[in-house]
Amino acid sequence: MRKVALAVLLAVLLAAPGVAQQPRRGGTLTYIVTALPPSFDGHRETTFAMLHPVKPHYNYLVKFDTQNYPKVVGDLAESWTASNDGRTYTFKIRRGVKFHDGSTLTSRDIKATFDKIIFPKEGVVSARQVIYQSVQRIEAPDPQTVIFRLRFAAPSFVEKLASPFNFVYKADILERDPTFYERNIMGTGPFKFVEYVRGSHWVGRRNDDYFKSGLPYLDGYRALFISSRSAMMAALKSGQALIEFRGVSPAERDDLVSTLGDKIAVQSQPWNCNLIVAFNTRKKPFDDVRFRRALTLAVDRWGGSAALSKIAFLGPVGAVMRPGSEFAMPESELVKLAGYGRDITAARQEARRLLREAGVPEGFTFTLKNRSVAMPYEPAGVFLVDQWRQVGLNVQHVQQETAKYLADQRAGDYDASVDFACDFMDDPDVQLAKFVSADVSPLNYGGYVDRQLDALYFRQSRTANKAERLRLVHQFERRLLDERAYAMYVLWWQRIIPYWKTLQGYKTTTNHYVEPDMEAYWLSQ
Amino acid sequence: MSRYIFTRALLVLPTLLAVAVLIFLLMRVVPGDIVELRLVLGGSYVTPGVIAAERARLGLDRPLWDQFLHYLVGLARLDLGLSMWSGAPVAHEIGLRLALSLQLAVMATLIAVALAVPLGTLAAVYRGSWIDQAVQLFSVAGLSIPSFWLGILLILFLLSVFNYLPPLIFTPLLVDPKANLAQLIWPALAVGYRYSAVTTRMTRSALLEVLREDYVRTAWAKGLRRTVIVRRHALRNALLPVVTVIGLEFAFLIGGLVVTEQVFNLNGIGKLTVEAIAQRDYTLIQGLMLVVAAGYILANFVVDVLYAWLDPRITYG
Repeated sequence: MRKVALAVLLAVLLAAPGVAQQPRRGGTLTYIVTALPPSFDGHRETTFAMLHPVKPHYNYLVKFDTQNYPKVVGDLAESWTASNDGRTYTFKIRRGVKFHDGSTLTSRDIKATFDKIIFPKEGVVSARQVIYQSVQRIEAPDPQTVIFRLRFAAPSFVEKLASPFNFVYKADILERDPTFYERNIMGTGPFKFVEYVRGSHWVGRRNDDYFKSGLPYLDGYRALFISSRSAMMAALKSGQALIEFRGVSPAERDDLVSTLGDKIAVQSQPWNCNLIVAFNTRKKPFDDVRFRRALTLAVDRWGGSAALSKIAFLGPVGAVMRPGSEFAMPESELVKLAGYGRDITAARQEARRLLREAGVPEGFTFTLKNRSVAMPYEPAGVFLVDQWRQVGLNVQHVQQETAKYLADQRAGDYDASVDFACDFMDDPDVQLAKFVSADVSPLNYGGYVDRQLDALYFRQSRTANKAERLRLVHQFERRLLDERAYAMYVLWWQRIIPYWKTLQGYKTTTNHYVEPDMEAYWLSQ
Repeated sequence: MSRYIFTRALLVLPTLLAVAVLIFLLMRVVPGDIVELRLVLGGSYVTPGVIAAERARLGLDRPLWDQFLHYLVGLARLDLGLSMWSGAPVAHEIGLRLALSLQLAVMATLIAVALAVPLGTLAAVYRGSWIDQAVQLFSVAGLSIPSFWLGILLILFLLSVFNYLPPLIFTPLLVDPKANLAQLIWPALAVGYRYSAVTTRMTRSALLEVLREDYVRTAWAKGLRRTVIVRRHALRNALLPVVTVIGLEFAFLIGGLVVTEQVFNLNGIGKLTVEAIAQRDYTLIQGLMLVVAAGYILANFVVDVLYAWLDPRITYG
């Protein structure tokens, strides 16, 4: 009887949510990266294909806490303070941090890193320079202090510093060769570089001198470069890889779950990626706001979300700011925007009326250019063609290989084009930047110039008061998507990450850039 | 013979030069830009100044003739240039992958020949019999099923029945023959089967034709045994068109295993070509096309030499 009671007690204790397994040291985590890194330099690249294999070799000044995203925590910074006027940020740097070559990290390395990102020398590419326009200069008054002096208070300055692309590099190397990091690895991170075979794999091994006591748990990691979806699925099913950190489709998830049963876990999160339709406002009738409003009114986002979320990694309905984020427009306001109402019949009647008013005849034909990537572009394109057909429009769906698709968008060679945006944070400075006037933003493919939008963008960027900033952001969204309908949001993406349960310590975030956080992952077997 | 080899060798250079010119020009008219792909694809906001500076760094802002001249000067020095995507020497990038593709092509060829010559011979000798019917079925199925599809079926079968997937990381044959063969045998079988189907049909029809020749009839009349007639007299002559097919198929395989390499995640020339084209990596594409063209030329050359060996009536002069 006592034995039974003990067994029951043990079972209850093991099943209790508070009883977590202790991290175990050892093992190699093998995972999949579905594209190739163009270079190894975080400051110049914009793709996860570089981040996923390269990130574990580096640290950041501050970083996003993947367990509590979007909370920002110190990484190389022990602490930081901001001045009352929000124009001076002082960071205290940890002592005793070593680069993989044995040299000691100081504030000089932090300053050199951010000087490269914010004030790049001639010939050095910095892909994120533009988001640090508030920074006037960076100082390193002593080896443990870094000061950022800003021209104006920027509400999300610390979050921007936490960009997963901001690897901290070594000042001496940057001084000698600012392009060194395009082809080489030299960081302070939890894993040291072992080898990279282009198209095949990337290997890292534990940094035994890592400054965070007891970390990392893994002996090493191996990233396998697999672009074919069927090969990726086979690798996951066979256990040759335990996870792919970007995301799979619902069908792929179901396939893995049915094959692997309780060996696999699935986490899902709204994704900071979306599908947009850019309208070429330089062309008729896309230069007519009535036509553009009709196009957005015709699309049943709520119905589309329910249907498409079963077959594609599309789902959440939202405006420019990610649904579910602190900046998102409340649903009560969202449903007032053109195309977001719950009554699709009424919306389509209004769309037909606007088409008549704009002089667009029944059966009018135009082209929707789309990227020839199956997920989620293809189902979204098919969905849009069907939606517009229901208000009497005839749309030709043209799927293009990526390079041609980008070239046509940038050249304005399209009628309507499926566009997208993905980023590492929800901040409006990042999310709205695409939609300011074409002579301000190179990512505005619609070709319109709207100084009201520009003014709203720059005002929100300098507004520290959160409520006021939100008001400006929503005003921007209303003008963009409803009043002027320069572009339309189709649906936001939903991240689905299946992974072998042997991988512990993993938590999905709203984006595939801040992952993988290999520092604290461990393997239970 | 040596004169012929010399003449053929002289023809190689203008052929390769023509390929170089063609590929250089074709890639420049295909829309899309490596700089935009690298810097903008992630959806990030990159200023036009940054894009222009990067284009200048890669020399893409220079006039076309200037870029071409630069390329030709490099070729004259046997320098294929640097990959625009990775910055690594093109020769190094190709060299890493060529070994795998060549080995796979050789393995597939061996499998194909080992299957095709005996099966094709049996089908011709026993024309109209159940053996012939069975071989015909085998070859029609092989022609109808694409290699990549067979590859997917093989992977699914191995996974579902044995929970086994061939290793995903390539191990060179000399480093670990067992691991190497464990990885390459399955794609070699998938490709080799289709390849053998083509060759089986060619062997059968060529042999049927030869078996109707007067000298074969004479051999029968002399009372020679069937195996001697087929092996010594008929097959040797029938193999002429078969060798042509084998040579051309082999040359095709060096660069043509694109889909199979994707299915089995093999890091070969085919996969590299797809990556290079998708990335608009001009220098790498040019290098790859030259290597593939050289492969074709070499394969044709070997076929011609084999012709002479198989049929002494063929002379060069």
